[in-house]
Amino acid sequence: MSTVTAYAPPRRLFSLPSLDTLGAWLLAIVWVSPLVFAVWAAFHTPEGALSFKLNAPLTLENFRVAWDAAPWPRYFLNTTLLVTVILIGQLTLCTLAGYAFARFRFPGRDAIFILVLLQLFILPEVLIVENYVMISRLGLFDTILGIGVPYMASAFGIFLLRQAFKSVPQELEEAARVEGCGWFGVLWRVYVPAAWPTYLAYALVSVATHWNNFLWPLIVTNSTNTRPLTVGLSLFGATESGVNIGVISAATLMVIAPLFFGFILFQRQFIQAFLRAGIR
Amino acid sequence: MALYGWMLLAPALILLITFAFIPAFETVWASLYSKGTLRRPSHFVGVENYLSLFSDPAFRKVVTNNLIYAGITIPVSIAIALGMALWANAQIIGRGFVRAAYFTPTMLPMIAAANLWLFFYTPDLGVIDRITALFGFPSVNWLGQQETALYSVIAVTIWKEAGFYMIFYLAALQTISPELREAATVEGAGRWTYTRRVVLPLLAPTTMFVLVNALINSVKLIDHLFILTKGGPDNASKLILYWVWEMAFAYFDTPQAATMTTLILVVLGIVAAVQFAVLERRVHYR
Repeated sequence: MSTVTAYAPPRRLFSLPSLDTLGAWLLAIVWVSPLVFAVWAAFHTPEGALSFKLNAPLTLENFRVAWDAAPWPRYFLNTTLLVTVILIGQLTLCTLAGYAFARFRFPGRDAIFILVLLQLFILPEVLIVENYVMISRLGLFDTILGIGVPYMASAFGIFLLRQAFKSVPQELEEAARVEGCGWFGVLWRVYVPAAWPTYLAYALVSVATHWNNFLWPLIVTNSTNTRPLTVGLSLFGATESGVNIGVISAATLMVIAPLFFGFILFQRQFIQAFLRAGIR
Repeated sequence: MALYGWMLLAPALILLITFAFIPAFETVWASLYSKGTLRRPSHFVGVENYLSLFSDPAFRKVVTNNLIYAGITIPVSIAIALGMALWANAQIIGRGFVRAAYFTPTMLPMIAAANLWLFFYTPDLGVIDRITALFGFPSVNWLGQQETALYSVIAVTIWKEAGFYMIFYLAALQTISPELREAATVEGAGRWTYTRRVVLPLLAPTTMFVLVNALINSVKLIDHLFILTKGGPDNASKLILYWVWEMAFAYFDTPQAATMTTLILVVLGIVAAVQFAVLERRVHYR
């Protein structure tokens, strides 16, 4: 970087970056303002929240009311179970399939791979009606497994792991074979450890996606025992609508808190994960 | 070897067939049958569902809405994402905060994002009306009137998506070698020329990737409608997938929902074909 600035005319060094900083900060402030306002509203009484007086008294009352108004612990448990079930399913299925596509030669492999890629476009969200029929047919309606199972054979995951496995040097595999590993031994001892960064990236993206997913869980759940947080939050908003900004803000903040603090703590890893998972 | 290959693929393939391919075929099939009633069971009607769909003014309204939604959210969020990435990659004070601020909406569920924005849009009391009131503008019922409902929804989508696309641009920017910048500076190119002539062409593949993602999102991102407008007032902000959901799960008109879904599948299929064709050409180039 220092070499770059050495060539730049000195005047630009001082005037332009400050303009950039100003613009960047302005946009950043606009971008976080909805969240900042939610925090403001959640910690104030309705009158205090709308007065916008900085010295308005703080209160935790909104959180108490919001917490008592819905079975949040159950929703948190459901969402945690859901993302875990989906992640385990995805990692298992995508590892096996990715391995097959990366290292096995058999007739029809490439045609099947195109079919898998096609699933990137036949989104589960678009097929809600027939998938609902399918889930009911299988007796999985209103179960955690029923919410998760359509996402398990993730084309995105298969594609990512195939790429990761392909970049593993063949010599490593041969060495493992010499030591007497079968195909599963090779997969477990060589490919899975080598693709570790990809697994981490994929897992973060998957958890973030399904923690936030709404439409499909809304359709296939019907009871408190299966509803994830997002569906719970939407019901909560519906019954309380127009009543109290502070309470809805408090509930919203509770729902986003785990992922949000996870993101703040692991910001670098998170962004790296999205980068690695998104690009090729 | 072949046997092992198929064995490894089998679990994933079975789920793909069960939850992607069979439902896709069933959708097309269902679109060719009438709605069954107690007196008259469902029977084959050919393209009748399509004809009745095309003559439905609500269908035209919803498709127009979705075209406007895609036509604005895609270019605007990509442009903002590009700007964000250039800033988040520049040497500015507080870069960490700026990056986190841009990316934060991506981490939120769409439902939560909609809740946050609800307070911005509330007439009189909402943040937007408070600010415009300072300049003497009258109060506006942003979500409750036909003229502004769709655009209010669009603003939320852009806010939610731009930071996500920024990540991909940021990744691409970091692969550009600093020597290119030095060379451009030596040649006397200003910052604007360097950005336009060197950076933007290098970002073209990323733009393609982001574009396809944004296209898909303009079909599937409808969660916020459930909180903000429920498609109203009078269909003014209703999008295609919300309409499908309503047809199937509120009015129980499965054939109509299937007909619409088939049309979505056709459009997505075309997008897929175009993308594969482009990828194919890029591969041949190298």
